[in-house]
Amino acid sequence: MAKGIKNEVAVIGMGCTKFGELWDKTSSDLIVDAYKEAMEDAGIEKKDIDAAWFGSCVDDVNVGKGGFPLTKALKLPFIPVTRVENFCASGTEAFRGACYAVASGACDIALALGVEKLKDTGYGGLPDFGTLMGTESRITSTNMTAPGGFAMMATKYFDRYGLSPEEGKRALAHVSSKSHHNGTLSPKAHLRREVSIEQIMKAPMIAWPLGLFDCCGVSDGSAAAIVCRADMAKNFRKDPIYVKALQIAITSAEEESYKSWDGTHVETTTHGAIRAYEEAGITNPREEISMMEVHDCFSITEFVTYEDLQISPRGKAIMDVESGFYDLDGKVPCQTDGGLKCFGHPIAASGLRMIYEEYKQLQGKAGERQVENPRIGLTHNLGGFPHMSVVSVTILGNKL
Amino acid sequence: MAGITSYGAYIPRYRMNRKVIFDQFGWFNAANASVARGEKAVANYDEDTITMAVAAATDCLNGKDKQEVDGLYLASVSLPFAERQNAVIVSDALDCSSNIRTADFGGSLRSGTTALLSAFDAAESGRNIMVCASDSRMGKPGSSQEYTFGDGAAALSVGSDKVIAEFKGSFSASHDFIDYRRLTEEKFGHDWEARWIRDEGYGKILPETAFGLVKKYGLDIKDFAKIIIACPVAAALKELVKILGAKPEQIQDNMVSNVGDTGAALSLMMFVAALEEAKAGDKIMVLSYGNGSDALYFEVTDELEKVKEGKKGIKGYLSEKEDLSVYGKYLVFKNIVPLEVGIRGEEIPPTAMTVLWQQGRAVSALVGSRCKVCGTPQYPRQRVCVNPDCGAVDQMEDYRFSDKTGTVNSYTGDNLAFCWDPPQIYGSVDFEGGGRIFLDFTDCDLDSLEVGMPVSMSFRRKYADPQRGHYGYFWKAVPVK
Repeated sequence: MAKGIKNEVAVIGMGCTKFGELWDKTSSDLIVDAYKEAMEDAGIEKKDIDAAWFGSCVDDVNVGKGGFPLTKALKLPFIPVTRVENFCASGTEAFRGACYAVASGACDIALALGVEKLKDTGYGGLPDFGTLMGTESRITSTNMTAPGGFAMMATKYFDRYGLSPEEGKRALAHVSSKSHHNGTLSPKAHLRREVSIEQIMKAPMIAWPLGLFDCCGVSDGSAAAIVCRADMAKNFRKDPIYVKALQIAITSAEEESYKSWDGTHVETTTHGAIRAYEEAGITNPREEISMMEVHDCFSITEFVTYEDLQISPRGKAIMDVESGFYDLDGKVPCQTDGGLKCFGHPIAASGLRMIYEEYKQLQGKAGERQVENPRIGLTHNLGGFPHMSVVSVTILGNKL
Repeated sequence: MAGITSYGAYIPRYRMNRKVIFDQFGWFNAANASVARGEKAVANYDEDTITMAVAAATDCLNGKDKQEVDGLYLASVSLPFAERQNAVIVSDALDCSSNIRTADFGGSLRSGTTALLSAFDAAESGRNIMVCASDSRMGKPGSSQEYTFGDGAAALSVGSDKVIAEFKGSFSASHDFIDYRRLTEEKFGHDWEARWIRDEGYGKILPETAFGLVKKYGLDIKDFAKIIIACPVAAALKELVKILGAKPEQIQDNMVSNVGDTGAALSLMMFVAALEEAKAGDKIMVLSYGNGSDALYFEVTDELEKVKEGKKGIKGYLSEKEDLSVYGKYLVFKNIVPLEVGIRGEEIPPTAMTVLWQQGRAVSALVGSRCKVCGTPQYPRQRVCVNPDCGAVDQMEDYRFSDKTGTVNSYTGDNLAFCWDPPQIYGSVDFEGGGRIFLDFTDCDLDSLEVGMPVSMSFRRKYADPQRGHYGYFWKAVPVK
């Protein structure tokens, strides 16, 4: 394995808008808001930015294609700007571009920004995939939505590990209930109210066995990061956050059309995690990870991610979930800001929003939801479906 | 001697008790109480005459080699396409050769037997023809046709080898008798007075061909073990039996009580039902009706018993049914009333005909690839083997999944996806012999599904794009009963 970029790149500024149904904001407004906060946080000027990576996913129906939406909103001065799209992992993909540019020495300072304006598409939930995934998909793919795609993983998980629908749904309800609690402590979150396990279990069915509260918020929002070479980070601030690992894994099509995948986990997370731990030098993630933000687009996704990230043993996540291991006061707090579930999910902003939360936690600036003395934070950003996915795993730390 | 070499049928799963219709529209026309008896078969939202014909032909082929089919004729008065041949969609779904003769027959309820007669002509020159008749006509709400019309299909293979029922002869009459008519652009038809149709139509035209046939071949009505009279009107049928001088036990049930008037398919579906009960040596007369009549004369051979194994036929499909008790669903499935489908139902991206053409059998017959190096079947077609331990490039051969069964790997019932009958059920299927495909499921209820249960493939209408004059067809999984 290549040596990776551990300790080569530092995050010196971040911004994140409030997420939610932002009916009165345009995508340009959101870009400017996230950028402003990040620039003020880093204490740099526009002329200091050497290049930018811009993430947006559902381009055709809201933000627009290419790098133009970013450069036009911010009036960036003829610098290189690349738009990236990798489904719901687009935000981390933008971050990766910026980090690699800095680590390679091509740039000193780079900007990564993700934005999505889902509530301008007219859909409850995400826009129809039949319109997003091309003609062949329309002709032969199932009439699949995001909740349905992930629901199949819950069906299979329950079957494989012998959980009755009642037992399985109760375990998943713990996951969502915990995130709802954390969301109440998160001022920029989309959904900020407590929801009980009973309410979650009785909610209207979206895609069996997933009900309304098993699904994340569908939101507008933007988040941004400014990164620089690690050796110059202290010139900008005393508490930069260092990138320890940044890995992406994408489907090989085995899950979709070969028998090897059992459908109770996400194969890309498994691969991405192994590589990220190796890059960061983590040998015992359950002990070494202080907290994490995972891609809880649905409760089942977060649930199996515990296992794919090797925090909980395979088939045993239910024990950690029910013992409060992932709660805010647990051993490895997860979704401290409410996660996609409650902070919301403006697709291409989510990966950067996760990094924003880890950044604030590692700096000790997470307010009411501050985790005690964290050292290592992990983000997990998943795009696509369990059977056809892209996953990025980022590991961040506050010490070199 | 040419004749029938195999038979098959299809009746959609949904049956609607006609009282359900009377509850809605009895107030409007109380006289319809006379036809508000029994139940009718109703095609699911994803079925039409093409998909039903494929199902019937599959039952008829019953695993036999599709390469032996030299032609496919499709008869119906309710085909989806006025221009774009419907028969070739059926033959492609069956994965027949491209170098066969295909034709649509229509215009009259008699078109089923006309297609069959044309097939016998072709059989004389050594061809094997698959004849499908399929109908799904719409009765206008409040009309008597709404009660009587039912959906279904029959398929008969015609040839000269291993004939199960020899074709002995026919007698036809063609009359522009305008009892029921419909313009090309019309959804619903128009009829003239029922008593006139009974007396001058069924009462005279059917005897004309029945007696014409008997006379032509020097037979007597009593020589026939079964007489198929495609007459869905009870009073007219009763009268006809008297006119023909037939005994009640000679008359084949007209299927109106449990399926309905299946139009151009009725005579052939009744014929299939008769064959299911027939024995060697039986003489069978088939009388179709519609702007005239065809009378056909058959004699059953001892080959019949050999083809029965493994067929569902009329008997099998009659027993597999699900009650459709919601009249609103019927109106929506038949596209009689508009439904608020929401943005997901409205958004239909254009279908690239180029892609459909490139995909060819991959879409029409669910043909994927099998790696010649490691033997892994895979769908869609691949050039690079999906098996991570193989990865061979350009070592593929075609592999058909449509005739394979599989087991449910996982599934869901999705209320967010647009579906005419929510929830939209779909899942992944692991095929016997290898290969995994994510497919929509149909003809099942969410509660009845389990991981590991067996499924077979069914050709269905996947989506409709009426604005651009297109229906997309593809394969769905149906739990094996």
